[in-house]
Amino acid sequence: MKNPEQLIRRGVHRKGIAEGIVKTFLGGMTWAVIAVALMIFGRMIWDGAPVFFKKEAPFVNMDFLTKKTETLHVFDDAEGIRHQLPASEFHQWKSSHGTDAVFNEQTFSYCGGGIAGPIVGTVLLTLLSVMMALFFGVSAAIYLSEYAKQGRFIGWVRLAILNLAGVPSIVFGLFGFAVFVLAAPILTDTPADRSLLAIPLGFTHLSFEGWGSSLIAGAATLACMILPVIITASEESLKAVPQGFREASLALGATRWQTIRKSVLPFAMPGILTSSVLSLARAAGETAPIMFTAAVAAKDDLPWEGVGSPLGVLTGQVQALPYHIYTLALKIPTSEYTERAQFGSVFVFLLMIFLFSAASVVLRNRVRAKMKW
Amino acid sequence: MVSDSVQPAIPAIEIENLRFSYGTKEVIHGVSLSIPANQITAFIGPSGCGKSTLLRCLNRINDRIPGAAITGGSIRIGGIDISRPDLDLQVLRRRVGMVFQKWNPFPKSIYDNIAYGLRIHGETNRKALDEKVEHSLRVVALWDDVKDRLKTSAFGLSGGQQQRLCIARTIAAKPDIILLDEPCSALDPLSTLKVEELLLELRNDYTIVIVTHNLAQASRCSDQTALFYLGELIEYGNTSQMFQAPREKRTEDYITGAFG
Ligand SMILES: Nc1ncnc2c1ncn2[C@@H]1O[C@H](COP(=O)(O)OP(=O)(O)OP(=O)(O)O)[C@@H](O)[C@H]1O
Ligand SMILES: [Mg+2]
Repeated sequence: MKNPEQLIRRGVHRKGIAEGIVKTFLGGMTWAVIAVALMIFGRMIWDGAPVFFKKEAPFVNMDFLTKKTETLHVFDDAEGIRHQLPASEFHQWKSSHGTDAVFNEQTFSYCGGGIAGPIVGTVLLTLLSVMMALFFGVSAAIYLSEYAKQGRFIGWVRLAILNLAGVPSIVFGLFGFAVFVLAAPILTDTPADRSLLAIPLGFTHLSFEGWGSSLIAGAATLACMILPVIITASEESLKAVPQGFREASLALGATRWQTIRKSVLPFAMPGILTSSVLSLARAAGETAPIMFTAAVAAKDDLPWEGVGSPLGVLTGQVQALPYHIYTLALKIPTSEYTERAQFGSVFVFLLMIFLFSAASVVLRNRVRAKMKW
Repeated sequence: MVSDSVQPAIPAIEIENLRFSYGTKEVIHGVSLSIPANQITAFIGPSGCGKSTLLRCLNRINDRIPGAAITGGSIRIGGIDISRPDLDLQVLRRRVGMVFQKWNPFPKSIYDNIAYGLRIHGETNRKALDEKVEHSLRVVALWDDVKDRLKTSAFGLSGGQQQRLCIARTIAAKPDIILLDEPCSALDPLSTLKVEELLLELRNDYTIVIVTHNLAQASRCSDQTALFYLGELIEYGNTSQMFQAPREKRTEDYITGAFG
């Protein structure tokens, strides 16, 4: 080797300094993000966890999770002791102690009892919407990536789908209201007056009068909202499956559909499930799309109570956690007595998203483990 | 050099004046060739001369490629023109199996890989499947290596074993013709030798067409050799004759390494 002393550095180590600056900058940005995340989560956990957890077994405030939402009554009794009771217990208390024993009564809507209704409603809305979106979305993705002739038109379709992902959720809400609530077709013997079009089928009518504000309308609206993400991600996952698998399958005499079903879709499944995790969290968290299409602030029954058939669950309105949080934040005066419901709901919502994501990740890993890569 | 005399074989595949284009680019310019049954026919030629393209025409797997089309001539297999509109593509591909350059087992178990074609064609009987899987694995001399781990991933096998597994998978579907596109190009010499031995054995039951870059391989294990250059057939004939006394100057140049 000629001039081996070139290997030894002399003078200021410029490259080393530049390297250090870049590393510090990137690290600083990362920590800034972490700090913001910690502040958001910190506040929610700091104020929410005490509502959710208890000192005694089972260490979880089951009442908060399983009781229905009620109005909170705050009052002093004759000895000047302050009581906080949900409406049902308040009326009991009043009938046993007499109306005269209540002083300084204040009421706070939606703040008493638990949040069973919103939890159940959100679970139903989310699962139903993700199921619908996966069904339509994966079908469309299969068509786009496996069947459609790749050309300019399909390129435009893809771009349109991609852009749909950027449409504000309130627009989806309004769309869902116009289409699913007011105009979607149902089978009925007696079409409503406002029906846009009623087609007699002989034994019954196909009437375009909408599904009303209902679980199914809300889920359909949410499904529309997450559809673009599901389609795009599913298509990417399908494309990532090596062409060799397809050719090998076709060369063995499989039809296209057999090939897709047996040697493309199974291997794209982990990717599709990953995308649906993100969609799940988004569907669970959105308020605007369900505001006009499914959600109610107060409801005395859980979705399956007081309905004649399983269909009744779909056509009934539901409470939902994000909408509940919205109501608690904006529709009632805030005071120390409302904080329990407010932060508790937020904390439970956080927990729910966490559970959803964890479940999906577990599911994905199981699917992946079944494949023998 | 397997057979030294020209055999009066029945043609299994007849290619007549075939032209083929990717979009507007014609890559096969009128090739005529008749491939005899129960023999090994090798396609050789420099890179990009259209060997793979021609091979992939024979089971119509090129249909997948947008814009790719036969623009003239015909291919007949067993006397049937395979471009007829009423052709049953699935049956064609079952009878004309294909093994690819890069071995491509499915990310499934060894057993499921072999059973794939059988299941697709409606075989559900457990015992019949077991038997056929075993038979196919025995044919490719893989049975003893894998019989204790049939349910484990095919990806756990070595490259040479995976390629033989792919051949077994093709055989399991009961083809008459087996097309192989550079099956050994990524294998070590020992695995290559094993595949070649296998091909020589299979020759009794199947018509084999193999694309190869390896001239020694062509001379070792083929009966007929076809040399292509820029989408045209330069010379086609008995392998030993072609390697010892080529008719064409270009063949001689190619074989002696003067071009290609
Ligand atoms: N999918 C395709 N689209 C367009 N052109 C292609 C496509 N596949 C191959 N070609 C072109 O067709 C010609 C023949 O290709 P082919 O793959 O048949 O050659 P080959 O003889 O198999 O080469 P190699 O020995 O390198 O595998 C080449 O010029 C190649 O660029
Ligand atoms: Mg090739």
